[in-house]
Amino acid sequence: MKPKFGVVVFPGANCDHDAYYATKKILGYDAEFIWHKERDLKNSDVIILPGGFSYGDYLRTGAIARFSPVMEEVIKFANNGGIVIGICNGFQILLEAGLLPGAMQKNQSLKFICKDVYIKVENKETIFTKSIKQNVLKIPIAHGEGNYYADEETIKELEENKQVVFRYSTADGKVNNESNPNGSINNIAGIINKNGNVLGMMPHPERACDPLLKRTDGALIFKSIAENVFINQK
Amino acid sequence: MFKAVVIVKRRPTILDPQGKAVEQGAKLLGFNNVKNTRIGKYIEFYVDTDDREMAEKEVREYSEKLLSNPIMEDFEYTIEEVK
Repeated sequence: MKPKFGVVVFPGANCDHDAYYATKKILGYDAEFIWHKERDLKNSDVIILPGGFSYGDYLRTGAIARFSPVMEEVIKFANNGGIVIGICNGFQILLEAGLLPGAMQKNQSLKFICKDVYIKVENKETIFTKSIKQNVLKIPIAHGEGNYYADEETIKELEENKQVVFRYSTADGKVNNESNPNGSINNIAGIINKNGNVLGMMPHPERACDPLLKRTDGALIFKSIAENVFINQK
Repeated sequence: MFKAVVIVKRRPTILDPQGKAVEQGAKLLGFNNVKNTRIGKYIEFYVDTDDREMAEKEVREYSEKLLSNPIMEDFEYTIEEVK
């Protein structure tokens, strides 16, 4: 059975078409756009909150998008166990919406960083990572505010529950300061909620799916979702 | 009607890279006594009611729910009646 990805379109999003292209044209799944003012999630099996600069990133990244009509439905969908993946700005929106803990600060360097990075897959028990054989993925980041912050207690809880799914690392999987591009606590690049159905990540898997671009590790994440989404619902 | 001013500040325990960068500029200009530059947000707006209590309640809720992020920011506000 082909899963259907619903790609939410916020004003100012700029990775919505990439997400659609990656899931539908490259990987051959169903995909449909969902405008931020809509309340109908169009029977999607998976919701993608794509990257970009929703509402101009005014006030704080994701702060305004979080109150859009579609997000009310996405929050309900997530609370009912629906699979949601927030990428970059989508991750920031999930944080503002309280679906994931923590907040984003400006990168420690204050620079907008756009480059390929390596991320270590720390938890392979999630539906987003179950089918991934590799330990390290090469996926690009493109953000000015990806410096993950949460208080000590929250970090402790995230680590204990294995909610840290991806960590910035070297090509051979070493997690250290040199491989941390933005100053994130514990090199955190992606986290999952306690129930395991909501993932937020700063790197852009949709930008690493097309073989033409010589990097395809991002596709592994969408494939893992597709292979496990229906098993999860049973 | 009331005029409200909300100031949103980053918690003192949280590093402010933006403030740090600006302070580097201060040093370049020779302001050697400048310390602990921190950047926050100044937001002003009007609340259209004659009831002071209600105005304050709205300012507080607006600040808590949208203007600040309680995970890393604090806010303070003032309100004054205007005609």
